[in-house]
Parts: sequence; structure tokens; C-alpha cells
Amino acid sequence: MTSSMSVAKVKQKRIAELISHGKRLDERGLNDYREVQIEVGIIERAEGSARVRLGKTEVMVGTKIEVGEPFLDVPNEGVLTVSAELVPLASPKFEPGPPNENAIELARVVDRGIRESKAISLEKLCVTPGKKVFVVFVDVYVLNDDGNLIDASAMAALAALLNTKIFNYEVKNGEIEIKPGYTQLPIVDYPIAVTFAKINDKLVADPWLVEEQVMDARLTITIDKDGKICAIQKGGYGYFSMEKILEATKIAQQKAEELRKIVVKD
Amino acid sequence: MSRKTPKKLINENGTRLDGRELNQLRPLKIEVGILANADGSAYIEQGKNKILAAVYGPKELHPKHLALPDRALLLCRYHMAPFSVQERKSPAPSRREIELSKVIREALEPSVFLEHYPRTSIDIFIEVLQADGGTRCAGINVASLALADAGIPMRDLVVACAAGKVEGRLVLDLTDVEDKAGTADLPLAFMPNLNAITLLQMDGDLTTDEFEQVLNLAIDGCKQTHALQKEALKAKYVAVKEAVEEE
Repeated sequence: MTSSMSVAKVKQKRIAELISHGKRLDERGLNDYREVQIEVGIIERAEGSARVRLGKTEVMVGTKIEVGEPFLDVPNEGVLTVSAELVPLASPKFEPGPPNENAIELARVVDRGIRESKAISLEKLCVTPGKKVFVVFVDVYVLNDDGNLIDASAMAALAALLNTKIFNYEVKNGEIEIKPGYTQLPIVDYPIAVTFAKINDKLVADPWLVEEQVMDARLTITIDKDGKICAIQKGGYGYFSMEKILEATKIAQQKAEELRKIVVKD
Repeated sequence: MSRKTPKKLINENGTRLDGRELNQLRPLKIEVGILANADGSAYIEQGKNKILAAVYGPKELHPKHLALPDRALLLCRYHMAPFSVQERKSPAPSRREIELSKVIREALEPSVFLEHYPRTSIDIFIEVLQADGGTRCAGINVASLALADAGIPMRDLVVACAAGKVEGRLVLDLTDVEDKAGTADLPLAFMPNLNAITLLQMDGDLTTDEFEQVLNLAIDGCKQTHALQKEALKAKYVAVKEAVEEE
């Protein structure tokens, strides 16, 4: 109904037909992910960084730490801010300018996974209660879009956070005095996003670009380290049945465990 | 000014702060066809939520290059009035509002026969006049009625409701306080006659068993809301009929 015009009807039909036989155009199984490659610590200026390649999809995340004010309702907690840029060099479809709704959704889904799993011990980022806390900026930078930006970005964000260091400091008369050395950002959970596309009433994990262009709808389920669900986002113009959603949560739990081993070393 | 959150939101008998049972909706008041200029409009009060929706279209689309050759373009703006919340909200669209506009549009889109109106646009405007938790769901309920009121052919009404977990208990239709203090919130939109879930979001912390229960609770809330939605739609036409007969 709402498939993109940019994939020929013949190809759309072929993709849907293959999927109904449990096969995919790139020869993956329906629940298989593309190869995941992760590098960390690649940007020296950033407090933490990571580049994730998910097949041909490529996302870089840099983290910056600044001193700022806490929110009024949680005066003893640091602040997490996630933004995403769909950089024009990543796809002929991306344009310069302020983040559009796709970039905002991407940032907010990544944010929800980190926030709701309580991955960062924000209470450890308080300097002076009610006055000064650390603000963790997570900036998602999409470098090449070949589909499933959400999962790639969520993995890159987690890898970058695990790679993030805060300078040592002492508080003197309410002011921060920087000391030599660095401390690891306290990360206590490892949320993993698992995204499915619904095509021809079948679920396929880790949809690549062509599949995204023919899918009816999209479902992202984020799983924390205990196997609990911490965030969900449905996207796209189609719908899901209850059965499909429950099926997706089961597969997501397995996949999250596999992917977590790749992102979180030791 | 900061509001104090009461210590306990659910008492030992399973009654909530506003006197509701765990699986009970807030009182709903729905009216259809209330704005003179709009092609379709509706108003909802769900507890303290007060939300207006208006639909304009199908109409010519500007700029023209956005037009789709095979169907109408559905546009949706979810917006909160500056006075709708405790601390004044800047009228500029926030990231949250942009995301909600997108997911609400995607929740309504499967219900509309957009292919009947190629090259046109159908604009939905949702204005939250007062917010008390669950505004995206109430916004979907009222926007779907506004679409129906505009006479746009639809596969089904879209009805939405949230469920979640507060103080370890699974509850239906969370208020703002319950949402903030609770540990999970799951808004869901549903086309009851097609058994199709068109919006699903969740944040919090749920095991798969709890998730399944919350999902069922939300669908049950949708079904209850659907009955009231249909009543409100009928009430408008009864009123029109009476007015015509009097003349």
C-alpha cells in the first residue's frame, strides 16, 4: 500500500515472494543479522566513540561530557541527551538542515533504550546536588544508510558509552577542579535494540534498505541485560497483530543476547 | 513550582488516587462536529485531558511536488498549548511533539482509504488544551472521529489506550502522575474490527509475561473506548436529523 516508488514493482514482488518461502534477497535467513563490526575509541577529541558497521550500514557515535545543571525533579542525577544526524553524505535521500522527524525518532528510540534500562548510573554523575551535574551528550552520526539505522545506532551508542571516560575532579568551594587521569563512565546495563520489518505478513530481523522500502511496518524491541523489555517502538504505515508482536518479543530476546556478546566485551 | 508526588498511588484495596480500579478508564466525554470551519472535528475529555482535533481535506496540496501520484498525503500535527501543562510549554514544536506527530499519523494511516484521493492532502490537527497523561492516545481517539466526521472513507475507527505498571501493579489508562512514578507505560492504538495494532510504544521495564498482560489490558481499554467513540459519532447524526426534522 505504501511501498516506496524507488523499488520497482517487480523487485517488490520478488522480495515478498522470497520472504513467504523463508528466504531473502541477500540470502540471509529471516532472523539473521548482517555482519556486525565494531571499533571503539576512534575519535580522540570525544570522551567516548564507536563506529558500527551492520552490513553496509555505518553509524558513528561520539560522546561528550560537560558540566551542567540537573533537572528540577531529579536534582541528584546527571543528564543524558541523545541526538541524531542523518548526515547528507550517508544517503541520496538525506538533506542538510535541522533534524527531520526520522532523525528525531531515531534519537528518541535510542535514548529510550538507554534511559529506561537505566544503563548509565546517573546518580553517580552528580557533582553538587541541585546545582552541578555531568551532562552526557550522545551524538549519533549516520554515515551510510543501508537500512536498520535504529539497531546500528543503539549498538554504536552503547559501545561509545562503554568507551566513555570522565576526567578526575575534586569539588572545592562548589567549583570543579580537574585532576589528572580519567575514570570510566559508570555503565550498569546493556540495552540492545532488535528491529523487525513486516513483509507479506512475515517478520524479518535487521531489515536492509530494500526491505525497508517494501515493508508494511516496523517494530523495534529493546531488551535489557536481564532479558526484560525496556522499550518498544512501532513505525511505518502498516499494522501488527497481537500474535506477531508476541512472536517478535521472543525472537528479540534471543537476538539481543547474541548481539550483546558482540558489543559488550568480557 | 514543583508538584509533590504523593507517596502511594494505589492503596491496599487496589484503588487509585482518583478512586479508579486498576482496570478502569478515566471518565470520557466525547463530542463530534464542534468546529465550524473544519471539514471534520471532535473534542475529547479523558479525565483532565482536554483535546481538540480538526481535519481539513482532501484538498489541494502545497507545495505540489510533495503530492503522491497514487494516494493522498496524510499530514498530522500534534501540538500542546503553552498553558496545557504545569510549567509553560514553549509553543515551538518540541522533539517529543515531532515524534508523536509521526507515530500518530502512522497509527491513523492504515484506517484511511488514501488511494481514493490521489494527489491531495488530508491534514489532521490535534491541539492538546490540557494534558494529564495519555494525550497521544486520547489524541488518536479524537482525530479518528474528526476524520470520520469529515466524511473520509475509513476501514475502521482507530482507538487508543495506554496501560502500564505502577507500584508493581498493572494498570489501565495512566494519569500523568502515575506515568511519571510508574515503571512502565505502553500506549497502543488498535482497529477493533480488523484486530490490527497500528501504534505500539513502550518504555519501562517489563518481563515478557507482564508485557503480554499489559498488551491485553490496553486492548481491553481500547474496546471500551471504541463503544463510546461510536456513540459520540452517532449522537452527532441524531442531532443533525432532529434539527432537519424541526425545520
